[in-house]
Amino acid sequence: MLKLNRLIAFIAVIPCVAHAETEVPVTYLKQEVPLPPVLSNLDPIPEDNGLAGARLGLEDNLTTAKFLGHNYTLSFSIVPEGGDWLAAAKEALDSSQFIILDAPPSAQLAVADLPAAENAILFNASEYDMSLRNKECRSNLFHAIPSYSMRADALMQFLAYRRWSNLALITGNRHKDIAFAESLKRSATKFGLELENEKPWLSDADMRRNAAREVPLLTQDLNDHDILLISDELHDFGRYIAYNTWAPRPIGGSEGLQPVAWSRVVEQWGAVQLQNRFEELAARDMTSRDFAAWVAIRSLGEAVTRTGSNDPQMLREYMLSDNFELSGFKGRPLTFRHWNGQLRQPIPLVTERSVVAMAPLEGFLHQNTELDTLGIDEPESECKQFERR
Amino acid sequence: MKWINFAACVSISAMPVMADEIWISNEKDNTLSVIDIETLEVSRTIPTGERPRGITFSKDYSVLYICASDSDSVQVMDPETGEILHDLPSGEDPEQFVLHPNDRHLYIANEDDAITTVVDTETRTVISQIDVGIEPEGMAVSPDGGIAITTSETTNMAHWIDTETQKVFANTLVDSRPRHAEFVKDGGELWVSSEIGGTITIFDTESQAEKGKIRFEVQGVHPDRVQPVGFELSEKDKVAFVALGPSNHVAAVNIDTYEVEDYILVGRRVWHMDFNSDKSMLFTTNGVSGDVTVIDVASREPVKTIKVGRFPWGAAFRPTN
Repeated sequence: MLKLNRLIAFIAVIPCVAHAETEVPVTYLKQEVPLPPVLSNLDPIPEDNGLAGARLGLEDNLTTAKFLGHNYTLSFSIVPEGGDWLAAAKEALDSSQFIILDAPPSAQLAVADLPAAENAILFNASEYDMSLRNKECRSNLFHAIPSYSMRADALMQFLAYRRWSNLALITGNRHKDIAFAESLKRSATKFGLELENEKPWLSDADMRRNAAREVPLLTQDLNDHDILLISDELHDFGRYIAYNTWAPRPIGGSEGLQPVAWSRVVEQWGAVQLQNRFEELAARDMTSRDFAAWVAIRSLGEAVTRTGSNDPQMLREYMLSDNFELSGFKGRPLTFRHWNGQLRQPIPLVTERSVVAMAPLEGFLHQNTELDTLGIDEPESECKQFERR
Repeated sequence: MKWINFAACVSISAMPVMADEIWISNEKDNTLSVIDIETLEVSRTIPTGERPRGITFSKDYSVLYICASDSDSVQVMDPETGEILHDLPSGEDPEQFVLHPNDRHLYIANEDDAITTVVDTETRTVISQIDVGIEPEGMAVSPDGGIAITTSETTNMAHWIDTETQKVFANTLVDSRPRHAEFVKDGGELWVSSEIGGTITIFDTESQAEKGKIRFEVQGVHPDRVQPVGFELSEKDKVAFVALGPSNHVAAVNIDTYEVEDYILVGRRVWHMDFNSDKSMLFTTNGVSGDVTVIDVASREPVKTIKVGRFPWGAAFRPTN
């Protein structure tokens, strides 16, 4: 295509913001975690999962920054298994008060509790975990990625809307499977659906050979249900369930109809442009982790753009104020919950081929914003530490 | 006598009685739907390049320019025959454009490339490419031709371009996801709509200073879903009609007081619009419902819905006599 002379000098006449360069250094801090083996390696997790989203967020911020005399930098600090996580965190905090965390909940809390992080802005960009947003919340820890309960509520809204009110559930035996299953059960109650049928997954079957024999047996004695839910957050066995169930039923949860932060099939609301930019940068599809890292850096960028400041305290206040709103290609402005720092966001319900629905679904009302029908709402929040006195 | 009458008849029927037209681009059908303003029906459907969005006629209506976004070109069509005469170099992914008052220079927003491309339609060459923010979309030129505007959706700015030097001379922040820009009051003001911000920001052209903001409130619709996108000005620039996207309404805004006077119910996800010749009728493109709503401007009532192709996007008026 045309790549003509782009050497056009810019005359930076900025009527409102006239100051010297505002520097915003960001660190992407990752704790490498060994992944347990899964039955199939058909869809390997990209090595730069999350990191590539952060890189795109940086590029997007820089384009705006050049018109404003701001500057962003992004460094990556990746701690191998068994490495000194806290030392890496301290080093990162020395050079930057803005950190994207890609690490298990306990590791995130360890960073948040460091004295050097007291006034920093940390973004959880990897964990759906509920305690991080509830009892274990921290005032300096924002959540760019949705929680288990936001995802579960999104799915349940759809099932309620379809009147698929009898549910069954198969739960894997890993910690994350059990945590997501908990949220699914709580959410079923919240939306008045029946979920009394739960079975654990059999961990010793080789599904690549035996799915057609094992899965009908496993699902045969479930009570009648409209949809079979699967909690298999590491994508171990879930892919072998569809079409092998005893009763012909659709599946949802970690497989089938999935509530996600992002997927390649999201294309409305200008999302195609974001997908195109991402693909050009990373040569693969954008994942939920990538989206979370992207949206974290963009949130920071939006706050810096509007305030003209790089002071973490001021940016935190702005991000939690009514003035903050981020365009995140999901059809509505994205904002942060002031009670636990969770980014409010619509949740697409997707198959591998298309977006089936976008939650919150029509008809699920809320006195403040329909987005708060997803996840922990203010009255039920157990987070006491997020709001500073 | 008789044969003279007969001859008169023949000559009349041989000359097709042409009514004015509204041309609609159908983003997901790769076609244009031509609406006959007399009958309010689609009289022709014309194939285009891939993903047609912005459309505009030359000043004498002899050619139609089409942003064929996924074909990475601006197509030039003979509106009489529907034939593509030639393509213009456009830069990648042209989404929307504006024709300079000189009837010669097209200012094109290249959505995927963060660039505004200026094309000379006579020599069919690119005069300049100007770096702007991410996802440029809204395009406007001041009535005197001195200033071109590009708004960028993700950078959230209006970029002010001097059309003499083809350089940006100012950048002004607006609310989230700016979509459309128009000069108002003979160029004295610039209006920019922000889809996610839910506002129109008004700038004083002379100083580029912000003068005010218009906000919208549709009864029974959550503010998040009231998303201003395209807008057009009524006869004598008294009223701005503003498409409010998924709220499925068009607002009528008093241009002097900045007050919203009416909300008019239209089809789903209303996007852009254009008027007929005396501006008594307004035609809105409704992206999700795949139709065009016809609004009677005097009564501010929707009077008809016309089915067009999939995801109608742009609208352009064409007189035929």
